[in-house]
Amino acid sequence: FYLTPPQVNSILKANEYSFKVPEFDGKNVSSVLGFDSNQLPANAPIEDRRSAATCLQTRGMLLGVFDGHAGCACAQAVSERLFYYIAVSLLPHETLLEIENAVESGRALLPILQWHKHPNDYFSKEASKLYFNSLRTYWQELIDLNSGETTDVKEALINAFKRLDNDISLEAQVGDPNSFLNYLVLRVAFSGATACVAHVDGVDLHIANTGDSRAMLGVQEEDGSWSAVNLSYDHNAQNEHEVERVKMEHPKSEEKSLVKQDRLLGLLMPFRAFGDVKFKWSIELQKRVVESGPDQLNDNEYTKFIPPNYHTPPYLTAEPEVIHHKLRPQDKFLVLATDGLWETMHRQDVARIVGEYLTGVHHQQPIAVGGYKVTLGQMHGLLTERRARISSVFEDQNAATHLIRHAVGNNEFGTVDHERLSKMLSLPEELARMYRDDITIIVVQFNSHVIGAYQNEE
Amino acid sequence: TASMFLRLLSDVRWRTANPKWRRMTCSQRSTSSTAEPHPVPLPAQAQVVICGGGIVGTSVAYHLSKMGWKDIVLLEQGRLAAGTTRFCAGIVSTARPVSVELKMADYSNKLYQQLEQETGVKTGYVKTGSISLAQTQDRLISLKRIASSLNVMGIPCEIITPKQVAQLHPLINIHDLVGAMYVPEDALVSSANVSLALATAASRNGVQIHERTSVSHVSVQKGRVTGVETDRGQIQCQYFVNCAGQWAYELGHSVEEPVNIPLHACEHFYLLTHPLKEPLASTLPTIVDPDGRIYIRNWQGGILSGGFEKNPKPLFTEGRNQLEIQNLQEDWDHFEPLLSALLRRMPGLEALQIMQLVNCPESFTPDMRCIMGESPTVRGYFVLAGMNSAGISYGGGAGKYLAEWMVNGYPSENVWPLDLKRFGTLQSSRTFLRHRVMEVMPLMCDLKVPRWDFQTGRQLRTSPLYDRLDAQGARWMEKHGFERVKYFVPPGKDLLDLDQSKTFYKPDWFDIVGSEVKCCKEAVCVIDMSSFTKFEISSTGDQALESLQYLFSNDLDVPVGHVVHTGMLNEKGGYENDCSIARLSKRSFFMISPTDQQVHCWAWLKNHLPDDSNLTMEDVTWKYTALNLIGPRAVDVLSELSYAPITPEHFPSLFCKEMSVGYANGIRVMSITHTGEPGFMLYIPIEYALHVYNEVMNMGQKYGIRNAGYYALRSLRIEKFFAFWGQDLDAFTTPMECGREFQVKLEKGMQFVGQEALLEQKQNGVYKRFTMFILEDHDTDMDLWPWWGEPIFRNGRYVGKTTSSAYSYTLERHVCLGFVQHFDEKTGEELVVTTDFINQGEYEIDIAGQRFQAKAKLYPFSSLFTHRRRKDEVELSGYQRE
Repeated sequence: FYLTPPQVNSILKANEYSFKVPEFDGKNVSSVLGFDSNQLPANAPIEDRRSAATCLQTRGMLLGVFDGHAGCACAQAVSERLFYYIAVSLLPHETLLEIENAVESGRALLPILQWHKHPNDYFSKEASKLYFNSLRTYWQELIDLNSGETTDVKEALINAFKRLDNDISLEAQVGDPNSFLNYLVLRVAFSGATACVAHVDGVDLHIANTGDSRAMLGVQEEDGSWSAVNLSYDHNAQNEHEVERVKMEHPKSEEKSLVKQDRLLGLLMPFRAFGDVKFKWSIELQKRVVESGPDQLNDNEYTKFIPPNYHTPPYLTAEPEVIHHKLRPQDKFLVLATDGLWETMHRQDVARIVGEYLTGVHHQQPIAVGGYKVTLGQMHGLLTERRARISSVFEDQNAATHLIRHAVGNNEFGTVDHERLSKMLSLPEELARMYRDDITIIVVQFNSHVIGAYQNEE
Repeated sequence: TASMFLRLLSDVRWRTANPKWRRMTCSQRSTSSTAEPHPVPLPAQAQVVICGGGIVGTSVAYHLSKMGWKDIVLLEQGRLAAGTTRFCAGIVSTARPVSVELKMADYSNKLYQQLEQETGVKTGYVKTGSISLAQTQDRLISLKRIASSLNVMGIPCEIITPKQVAQLHPLINIHDLVGAMYVPEDALVSSANVSLALATAASRNGVQIHERTSVSHVSVQKGRVTGVETDRGQIQCQYFVNCAGQWAYELGHSVEEPVNIPLHACEHFYLLTHPLKEPLASTLPTIVDPDGRIYIRNWQGGILSGGFEKNPKPLFTEGRNQLEIQNLQEDWDHFEPLLSALLRRMPGLEALQIMQLVNCPESFTPDMRCIMGESPTVRGYFVLAGMNSAGISYGGGAGKYLAEWMVNGYPSENVWPLDLKRFGTLQSSRTFLRHRVMEVMPLMCDLKVPRWDFQTGRQLRTSPLYDRLDAQGARWMEKHGFERVKYFVPPGKDLLDLDQSKTFYKPDWFDIVGSEVKCCKEAVCVIDMSSFTKFEISSTGDQALESLQYLFSNDLDVPVGHVVHTGMLNEKGGYENDCSIARLSKRSFFMISPTDQQVHCWAWLKNHLPDDSNLTMEDVTWKYTALNLIGPRAVDVLSELSYAPITPEHFPSLFCKEMSVGYANGIRVMSITHTGEPGFMLYIPIEYALHVYNEVMNMGQKYGIRNAGYYALRSLRIEKFFAFWGQDLDAFTTPMECGREFQVKLEKGMQFVGQEALLEQKQNGVYKRFTMFILEDHDTDMDLWPWWGEPIFRNGRYVGKTTSSAYSYTLERHVCLGFVQHFDEKTGEELVVTTDFINQGEYEIDIAGQRFQAKAKLYPFSSLFTHRRRKDEVELSGYQRE
């Protein structure tokens, strides 16, 4: 069984999406040129989600990748809702009032976000009313709280993450008279999702990360080479600070049982996540909700199962770690990706592959015959080999697709091996997850001219 | 490495060989005898200044001086023949699809053959022959078509089998070939030396040649060239000839009134090798493998092989000028596909050692044909450039034609396909040229099938209805930058991909166009024909009428509201343009001519109309959208949209009325359709275009109206025997030769251009006759379709070529139009063609070597078409443009 190159391409390109920021129109000078995104499923259905949107009432663009576990419900909900929470957190008091008045009097609402979605990126219609009500409660509280201070992006991001996780938890506790919705909110709360979100506004880049997805900046050095700068820390057992934090939050007696086999309570890989109420609620609450919940929930062994050594919940938080970075002209692109990518590729390789793809420059010296004795046959062999090396670049119109091609198809020499690619992509559903994880990638390309101009202004 | 290569390529080391022209010019001027940089001062004036010392410039100088013009200065910014000429591959190939190009190449070949004898300069001329290979049946068909036209030109040419190919060339792998074309008289030359030989001969004839002199500016006064400025001083001159090759575009802009010369350079690569162990014979034929995109010639015992890649590299878009172009980089990665093709064709060359990869920029034009002629804006400014990598093949012939043009006022052949005036300013955007040449260069090797359209540089000029028509399934072609509908694909129906639709056989749109034609015949169709060139000419007194009466052969002194079909003829009676002219008022005229006449016709009128401020001419092409309502129900549709009476009693054929259509006022309605079918042309001020179109479509619904395109129009006009300027008619065709005597009013009471020539033809008869051929034993589904340029045989003897063809859905036969000549059987002398001569022959049309019986007719099948209509509706004949 063997996939032809066009078949491979149709698999790789099925979920690709590109967005170009409309060109300079006199007022909208964006530091973002556009972005490419794509995802390749290993789970069926895929548990990763992605989102991208432009804030319409404030400046800036939001991009995020979400890696779900124990199902995709939580990742789906977060991908639909989180950006609204962030956008609302960023809104000035007057705009919030205007929006609230509009809702109150049944007038048309100011649009808050312009989504940039692939046709496969769906929103659940059934829950929209429920989600909207929770969001409205949030902005009403923000209006009441009116601090009068200008909104700090970092704070807004942290608040939005925490608030959404809180709403997910509350909605599951309260339940819904509609049985479909009731089951949905429970599935959202009992599954989990990590989130890695970027907010770009001019030269101000904020990364808010919860879990083990990662943000990486591609920097072009003066000599044209590419280097990678991490803009997030993984929240997992490999991160000493994170292990330290968890241990600090619980009594010394639990120190040994907190992290086992590199997992939280020996179960969970990410140390921070949305949902996952099994690591947040008290045992009593969990039992009460499961017992009063629908039968499907009761039949599920996983939801009934209480983690071992569960003494002092919560063990898990959705609070993000926020990193602020001032963009420089040499910062050419940002890669947001779920751990499926980072497991297979080193960030330095990611920076080089994307950088060379975006600039179209491949560090191959041109050949000159000079005074050497070269035959036509030798030259032909040499050229064919060189062509194979760069041909994969031209197959892709999307940087994220190109990266996935490398992540899945790279051989030991770092070049795409079609045979390997074909094998990896033709794995049966039940085997695929053993060889690779879901991969979701967003590559944001920056406009160095605009960033340079910002710098000069300052 | 470049200099090493130069030494190797030139058989004559011309600097040491002491070229005679240099010594001669020196002695004539009696200045210092050593080779100082600028030993000879420039003259203060000359009749002609030629800029460019490559094959083209030297050929022009050679031919001008041969024709008796002596006062000529040739300026070269570097050294003679040091640009593209020096680097090019030196292949003289006559296998060209366009007739005038074929003639140029044939002439060049004959010229170069005797040049060494004439000048004493070694040209390296070797008659090797050439073999064009076909890897596919379609390619073989295209070669057969070329072979047919070479044969009737008297150029030996043969279609051969792969086995014969192997016999002619020992190294070729033939297993993937289906056939080939062998042209035994094609040749190889050392191109730089040919150029030097031409320069030497020109110099002997008195042409002054100055190297290292660059032209910075061309001065113009009152629309005429008056002189040039160079880095070594000024020269006053009457004529300037721009032969600057890839710099011609920039040079064209160094004038007060820019001369637009649309060409753009692309890098071009070829490979040189060391000799084979057993060096190749210098007489070994040149191989052209278009499917592999390569050519291979023998070179110094080794090979020279280059090609036309799919992804060309345009350069000098920003116009970076530089004296020498020797320092361009070799790009092996870019050459890889061509090298693969070479090794596939000649696997035995694997062990052959590389000498060099040469990068030699060539200039390309937007339509793959070279650029020749006088500027439409500056008189005395001539151009010959844009050789599309065939400078050596065309150089001799093109130089001859241009020299004839300058000396005699027009060349001895119809060169409209090469005329600079086929382009307007719209083709001169650098972005357009860059994109277009990237498409054109690969096309050198692509299969040339009928009805092919360029894909780049499109949607430039469009009708205001473009989006509406596009949404209804329109498929587009382009003429003079204007998008025009070919046909409409009905909803739910799909056509083949662009590449798959390439065919020499029945095309995939056959039924679609058939139903459009049917609708034109039985109901009513609307065709957007906005691309037509439209001029308004008016005056305060009678100047407009008087001038037009002089310039046009028909009588324009008709009552106001009449439309006249008439030719705009040259002194020889040939068609410079073919138009319809409506008399709007006593003193103003509305003139409609073919789309690509916009520049040519304007220049012709400008040059011929008196310089009178009371006489004004305006190009109103962009002001009107033209809708053609064709069909028996057109009158019903229009009647419902207007209160003006439209019935034939009130609105007979060939009339023009201004009326309202729907809410829109001031629509010029003319009772002509350019097809011989009943109907109307509506000239609509563009702001009303959408309104009128919508009204027509809504009202037309009950009469079965539908959109149609130019393919339907074309089928209709050809079955009606309507000739079309630029396709059937040209500057060498008179009304007498195409059955249009009735459009000539020899007795209209005043002289007009071409009158004498026509009178003479009337008395003495014509030497060619426009004839219609109905193919008899041609199977539309199975046989190759005719296109144009097919040889016509009468009683087995060649008598002419077709000029256009179409399938007639009414006759259910193919119809070809073409000219029949009468050559004396013994002497080959041209004789008068009589009606009897036409009627008494048995005819065959040769399509790619296969001959089909054809019935010749001098008049259309009027009875067949008119039985449903009243006689007075019939446009007797007319003209048509596509």
